[in-house]
Amino acid sequence: MSRRFDFPGGITPPGRKAQSTREPLREAPLPRRVVLPLTQHRGQPAEPCVAVGERVRTGQVIAHPQGRVSAALHASISGTVSAIEPRPIPHPGDLTAPCLVIEGDGSDEWTLMPALDWRATDAETLHRRLAESGLVGLGGAGFPSQVKAGLGEHHAIDTLVVNAAECEPYISADDMTLRRHAAEVLEGARLLAHLLGAERILVGIEDDKPEALAALNTAIAASESTPIIELKVIETRYPSGGENQLIRRLLGRQVPSGGLPADMGVICHNPGTLRAALEAVRDGRPLISRVVTLTGEALARPGNVIARLGTSLAELLDDAGLDRDRLARLVMGGPLMGQPLARLDLPLVKTANCLIAASAEELPAPPPPRPCIRCGDCETACPVALAPQRLFAFAQADADDKARELALFDCIECGACDYVCPSHLPLVAQFRAAKDRLRHKDAEARRAERARHRYECRQARLEREAAEKEARRQARRQAASRPASQATPRGGADGQEAVKSLRIARAAAKAALRKAERALARASDADAATLADLETQRATAEEHLKAAEARLEMAQAQGNGQDDAQSSTEERP
Amino acid sequence: MLELIANHGILAAILVLLGLALAFGALLGFAAERFRVEGDPVVEKIDALLPQTQCGQCGYPGCRPYAEAIGRGEAINKCPPGGEPTIAALADLLGREPEPLDGEAQEEPRVAYIREAECIGCTKCIQACPVDAILGAARQMHTVIAEECTGCDLCLEPCPVDCIELRPREPDAWHWPRPELIASDRHDPPIIAGAASR
Repeated sequence: MSRRFDFPGGITPPGRKAQSTREPLREAPLPRRVVLPLTQHRGQPAEPCVAVGERVRTGQVIAHPQGRVSAALHASISGTVSAIEPRPIPHPGDLTAPCLVIEGDGSDEWTLMPALDWRATDAETLHRRLAESGLVGLGGAGFPSQVKAGLGEHHAIDTLVVNAAECEPYISADDMTLRRHAAEVLEGARLLAHLLGAERILVGIEDDKPEALAALNTAIAASESTPIIELKVIETRYPSGGENQLIRRLLGRQVPSGGLPADMGVICHNPGTLRAALEAVRDGRPLISRVVTLTGEALARPGNVIARLGTSLAELLDDAGLDRDRLARLVMGGPLMGQPLARLDLPLVKTANCLIAASAEELPAPPPPRPCIRCGDCETACPVALAPQRLFAFAQADADDKARELALFDCIECGACDYVCPSHLPLVAQFRAAKDRLRHKDAEARRAERARHRYECRQARLEREAAEKEARRQARRQAASRPASQATPRGGADGQEAVKSLRIARAAAKAALRKAERALARASDADAATLADLETQRATAEEHLKAAEARLEMAQAQGNGQDDAQSSTEERP
Repeated sequence: MLELIANHGILAAILVLLGLALAFGALLGFAAERFRVEGDPVVEKIDALLPQTQCGQCGYPGCRPYAEAIGRGEAINKCPPGGEPTIAALADLLGREPEPLDGEAQEEPRVAYIREAECIGCTKCIQACPVDAILGAARQMHTVIAEECTGCDLCLEPCPVDCIELRPREPDAWHWPRPELIASDRHDPPIIAGAASR
């Protein structure tokens, strides 16, 4: 394969997928109680729209999205809402977050949205349906799908990539989904390609999944010819499942630093997400369950289950035969990028694609880190061609800005450097901390900028008020003095000069206002804080303009007053 | 004339240099007029480094006036909300020596909080707020828009019933912790560094 169609570095850790692919996909037992965190996605938390004590049915919407990047939440079992309170959630900081708790009644009564035929439905209805079904990327990132589906509006998308690489060890949720539901995944891909205006669908899959590959081939052979569906098999190497890495391998396109795949005309979706999107449209079934891999040596019956969201992890793992004495580490996600969980009483969330109940021998705790020996192995392994050892040194020394210059924000936190490091340094943990510090610093800088704009706006308003007051005072004085015609005439040329410079000031203020208005119009789909800030700047420009106008009027009135006074003195004998 | 110049090399050199000087002088003069920058660009840069609390603790009525004063040569250590990092950044920008902070450093970001039960609705704090972060009307209870408050404490003094206080700002989110490392990798022992410099 040519170098253009490949990313640098990468690692090939043992796959360990076989243990969870022996058994076919099965349904997990219906939970008695579900705990649904309001934030299971990127962006703003959802806003609950049911009250404690209310009866809900499976599939009923219980929280609405807030803002542009957010996702709705639906009841995953029928029963009664028993609490809306902070509960522990799967989080690296082991935090609590607001959750909706539903006590099940065991009947699993459904309420579905009306079924739609996507080929006969207009795009707007389809977009709304995706937003209403609480769809998020099920690969682990949890980005709201309707936002991604709407990217076709501003970007020319030519290819929809179905990301079936699933490169991280242990995880087999997409593999099992494809084995069973390949046709539905492809139909979902057609739906999203239709919404995005993409004329080509590209399925990228690693060569360690022969069954899924066979299922896909059968499904493609049986499907209609438009749009073109292509299947590309790539050699197994971690992290080919990274969005940018997969695009590089499949299409030879390199997503620029800080850019999005959409900038290169590509959108990536996970097979599970595509199937959920199809179900949301075709069956009116919102996202209330997901496929999750239960694996690890502490489980007697590892496998993939379709589990309702909000099910307690303890319940799921016990059902798979968890041996609590053997359990040494519990990880949500894969062993390289996943997060370790400190407890079992956590709910299953939309982003949980895998649970590894590992024994002590299986995933041993990393040995204590030793100093960096500058071997450069991390640099060879990095799929983004960064220099992890230098980033690490800078991040450790609090030289975050230097780390940023070395493209710290291009790090995809894949953990390849951690994996190869002979000194067992916590590289990714250090990068995450440094990124967090930088983001915090940027947020503070934006805050200061906003405060400055608000201060300027206030100054402009006070100035305008003073100018208007002065203008009124002047007008009153003139009105009072005209009968007596005792206006003290100043040099006419001087007045003319003042009027001229004020006219220039007014024109400048007008231009500034127009510029601010244009900036505001351009940023119409920015987030609320940015919009508020731009609005403040526009208001400042408007105040400046009003002040300039008031002063100009005053100066003109003065000029006229003098003329009047002069003419009246001339008329008088 | 030409013959004279051709015969005297020094004259030719002087004339050429004179011509060049005139041409470039005209070019520079034109550029100075054409690309004139209104205001002092250094002041803009200084202003961008200040924390924009508009608190007036530096003795100037806001961050912008203080930035202008620094541009005129005022000391750079008069901003307590910015603290040491701001002084270091200003020293870096202006090529001056960093000085110790003149005043008490502020530990953490704060926001004003109005005890609403005690507020009498006098609007005095609204007039004092430099960033319009207090909402209210005459004889109506006032409240602080915490998101916009810079914690400048200018509203505390005008309040006739002392119902405003500063509270620590709520931390915005959870942050990734710095990983634990072995001691030798963290930094050089300061004692050895001190001995080396002596």
